[in-house]
Amino acid sequence: MIRFEAVRRQYGSVAALAGLDLEIHEGELVALLGPSGCGKTTALRILGGFDRPTSGRVLVDGRDVTDVPPNKRDMGMVFQAYSLFPNMDARSNVAFGLRMRGRDKASRLKRADELLELVGLSEVADRYAHQLSGGQQQRVAIARALAIEPKVLLLDEPLSALDARVRAQLRAEIRSLQQRLGITTLFVTHDQSEALSMADRVGVMQAGRLEQLDTPENVYRRPATAFTAEFVGAMNRLPGRLGDGGQVQVLGQRLSAINANGHQPGAAVEALLRPEAIGLFPDSAGAGEVTQRTFLGSAVRFEVTLDGGQRVLVESSSHDTELAVGARVGVRILAESVAIAAPGEAAPPEAVAALA
Amino acid sequence: MGDPAARRRRGIARPAGAAWLGMLPFSAYVLIFLGLPLYEVIHGAFTNDSERLTLSNFSAIFSQSQYLIPLENSLILSAWTAALGAIFGTWLAAAVVASPAGSMLRRVVSSASAVLAYFAGVPLAFALIAALGRPPGGVITTWLKHIGIDLYASGFNISSLFGVGLAYVYFQIPMMVILITPALEGLRPQWQEAAENLGATKLAYLRHVAVPVMAPAFIGALLVLFGNAFGAYATALALVGSAIPLLPAAIESAINGNVLVNEDRIAFALGVEMILVVMIVMVLYGLVQRRARRWLQ
Amino acid sequence: MGRPRLWRVVILVAALIYFFGPLVASIKYSLIQANGSYSLGNYAQILSNGALRSSMFTSLEIAGIAAVAVVALMLPTVVLVRLRLPQLTLLVEGVTILPIVVPPIVIAAGLAHLQGSAPEWLVRLWFNHPLPALTPVYVVLAMPFTYRALDTGVRAIDLRTLVDASRSLGASWFTTLTRVILPNVETAVLGAMFLTIALCLGEVVIATIMLYVTLPVQMIQVGAASPGISVAISILSFLFVFVLLFLLSFLAGRRRGSSSVRVI
Repeated sequence: MIRFEAVRRQYGSVAALAGLDLEIHEGELVALLGPSGCGKTTALRILGGFDRPTSGRVLVDGRDVTDVPPNKRDMGMVFQAYSLFPNMDARSNVAFGLRMRGRDKASRLKRADELLELVGLSEVADRYAHQLSGGQQQRVAIARALAIEPKVLLLDEPLSALDARVRAQLRAEIRSLQQRLGITTLFVTHDQSEALSMADRVGVMQAGRLEQLDTPENVYRRPATAFTAEFVGAMNRLPGRLGDGGQVQVLGQRLSAINANGHQPGAAVEALLRPEAIGLFPDSAGAGEVTQRTFLGSAVRFEVTLDGGQRVLVESSSHDTELAVGARVGVRILAESVAIAAPGEAAPPEAVAALA
Repeated sequence: MGDPAARRRRGIARPAGAAWLGMLPFSAYVLIFLGLPLYEVIHGAFTNDSERLTLSNFSAIFSQSQYLIPLENSLILSAWTAALGAIFGTWLAAAVVASPAGSMLRRVVSSASAVLAYFAGVPLAFALIAALGRPPGGVITTWLKHIGIDLYASGFNISSLFGVGLAYVYFQIPMMVILITPALEGLRPQWQEAAENLGATKLAYLRHVAVPVMAPAFIGALLVLFGNAFGAYATALALVGSAIPLLPAAIESAINGNVLVNEDRIAFALGVEMILVVMIVMVLYGLVQRRARRWLQ
Repeated sequence: MGRPRLWRVVILVAALIYFFGPLVASIKYSLIQANGSYSLGNYAQILSNGALRSSMFTSLEIAGIAAVAVVALMLPTVVLVRLRLPQLTLLVEGVTILPIVVPPIVIAAGLAHLQGSAPEWLVRLWFNHPLPALTPVYVVLAMPFTYRALDTGVRAIDLRTLVDASRSLGASWFTTLTRVILPNVETAVLGAMFLTIALCLGEVVIATIMLYVTLPVQMIQVGAASPGISVAISILSFLFVFVLLFLLSFLAGRRRGSSSVRVI
């Protein structure tokens, strides 16, 4: 329903977008994920009409909108912060788009009230932006964008400026709202957990290019490129030594390396392991000490510092892990095979994928 | 001397009286060099020659046309020069703000604005005499006469009330640029983008968002411009002299005895009149500022 | 995005003509002699005309002393109010706004009266010469801008910490002020001094009422007979102040860029 065709955006010698080909289907939420400067915001702004591509086109429902000004694109945009008009109260802000479309005062204020109720802010309809909290302001901004019943919803890191608790709450609300209304949405963020938890498909971007566009599961488990493999999800890199017969010695264990062919026997390598692939057990003579413990609800994440200084991230969904910070532990790798890389080199994606 | 810890303890324990003592230079200075002249003026305005409290000076200045006309002229002049300065100053500031902060255009405009806004006076008057004086004295008027447009024949004169007003616009516009630029910079780009996203044209955005948001700052600056022109005298003095029918000139005449001898008290009453007008302007300004500050955080 | 829009171009061009027109005209005016030829005669006269020269020195003296005096008076006051007497902030701000609220002509009226009715010893001490008579008043006139500039500068640095650090190391108040605080509000101080100088060189109302001869007063007197000289001085003074403020804008930019804080 939305198509980017070879969209390039050049700023002098810097390419903010180096040829983007992306298709967003009707009713789906696509999250563009990547570090700052990767081009995700540029792509969003081009879709919204606030930036023009140097070359390439953007199509919506088959129609070329590349040259259409933003006020004629029928899209609703939610900015990162500060976008509410300061001289209007919440209700008037939400009703603004309808006013621009010529709706009469009574009907547009009524619709504004409906939307404010949808986002749970009926009681603050008369308040001004500076009287609302960050989370409330963003809710009003969402209501405002939805009021015009746009074909497309654009969200430019809407949760980044909010504190963690509000962020988590709003995340779920936005997703459920989007699904309920079935509105095609492009969501830009640098936070992986946001992208993975909210999107139907995630587009990982780096340096103006789309590295992978796939479901959250696939992006996590079957990364298509080296960048994606390391950027999405946490990855441990544990020092080890490659022995004969494709065996690698890591943390006192012998595992089979799935990509031993590219490396010399006897070489020092790094073994790549997801936190879920490692286990902990209390051991007074163990190899390390718990330095951090984070309760994530459904799982517990530990940071263990081994005696050599090496830090290992371990995640356990088992609830009888009573290990506290400072406890001496032993570390055991739960996987049988592992992907290896030369120290400092990027993880070969096929190798990581093969671990899934 | 004792260790640093003990010294610090002593410092904290020093009575707050020392701090108040520190305010003495400033307070004394202000009392002598500002308070004293002000006292003379206010005291003199409200007393008569036998040192008795009276309002006779004020009834004089509000009843005689020789004092009412300068008041009227001053108010009108301040109003139209403030209006022109506000409109064109905002336009110019908006054009300059579009450039990035360190650019040459902005540096030149901001320095030039500061020069003209704070330093105009005598040099400005002579520059305008040089440009628009009576031919063959004024370069521009002479050139215009040369190509067929004789300004002075049509009644224009730089050494007139209108000429003084024209000169005032030369520092009103820069002053407006200085005053309104922070407010213009406070207009967040997200507001325009959000407005356009919701279907507004550029004009609709200006009408519904930019102008209402800027209104308090604009009005506040307009008031400052008014007060600025009202209290100004240097330029008029250099362009025309103390014969100009403006309030400050009336005060000068009263003091230096151009009309009647010993009209000091009239001068003081006129001075209090001026202070009152500017005070009203400042109060209005304060009220407007509070609104502006809230929205443009 | 540098695509020039019409409304921008129109006003910028109009402003260019409007503001530079008289400037260019003045330059031409100042170069024309009575016989129609071009020369720097008017500019040479600035130095050769004795009355003009002496009034220039008077004004420069007053400006220099006033610029130093206003900082010496206001900086400790600003620091004091910030550090020890924050409850006085509004009062001090109100007082420093008075010289703007009260037009200079009114202050001049009061001063002229004092000048006329003062006892002999006071006249000899205070009013005999423009330097002691005008300098203190000009300091008062400069207070609004100076206070604001210094207050802004002081607010931008962590005053409390710097002073505590300096005092705990054994420095006296004077040393703290001159060696710790002053270097760190350099830009604000320079800005305040430049504006004060500009103010003093341009102030003509009070000087005229009190019958002193400073540079701008002399310019008006000379201007009646030979306007060319006065126009020449006007151009030079505009350029002088413009260059000062232009250079200052670079200094301010540099300071904001570097987040370093000098202590000694």
